[in-house]
Amino acid sequence: MSVVTVQLFASYADMVGKPTIEVPLNPGDMVSDLLRNLRSLPVASTLPATARVAVNHSFAADTTVLHSGDEVALIPPVAGG
Amino acid sequence: MRSALVERPIDPASLVAEVSATDRGAVSLFLGTVRDSNDGREVEGIDYTAYMAMAEVELARIVAEARDQFGVSALVVEHRVGTLTLGDVSVGIAAAHAHRAPALDSVRYVIEEIKKRVPIWKLEHYRDKTRSWVDPTAHHIEASR
Repeated sequence: MSVVTVQLFASYADMVGKPTIEVPLNPGDMVSDLLRNLRSLPVASTLPATARVAVNHSFAADTTVLHSGDEVALIPPVAGG
Repeated sequence: MRSALVERPIDPASLVAEVSATDRGAVSLFLGTVRDSNDGREVEGIDYTAYMAMAEVELARIVAEARDQFGVSALVVEHRVGTLTLGDVSVGIAAAHAHRAPALDSVRYVIEEIKKRVPIWKLEHYRDKTRSWVDPTAHHIEASR
């Protein structure tokens, strides 16, 4: 098992109380696994199960497999403009 | 073609000048500005924050899509980050083409895609001194700071 550092922004960073969080990751884990692992952490349990995830600066599907060294971020509903 | 997130004020005239040329008979400009109310609450200002690395990539993708889709001759987008007050320009988009339709359509495309895809967030400051994150998919989430 390894660990991936997930970046948090805006309301999600407020919910967790910090801008990054480390999440356990098993070989072959997908984005859906990461979200489940993340939300199982007590500090992150209020994050929505439907949160959008970005991997290496692109929105990622639930089935995207994560690799060591990926830049992973949780993206709250965007509000630019 | 250019896109950027900027911390300085956006200058609409410079955006227009950047896309203008004598063979382009149509220049379209869109400005988003900070409004004094939202969802029935009186707004005093907005903090814009972004996931900078991804927002820059996503903005550049949108500009490339607009170029490919509308064949626009020149297009420039600037989105502001930081603390803005009422009336400040938060986003400026200028496009130019020989004719009006691509210039108008490309600007509309860019602002609509920014609102769907670019990781930028608004923390609104209200006259009653409270603040909340704007969630266009729902309502406001009270900020912890």
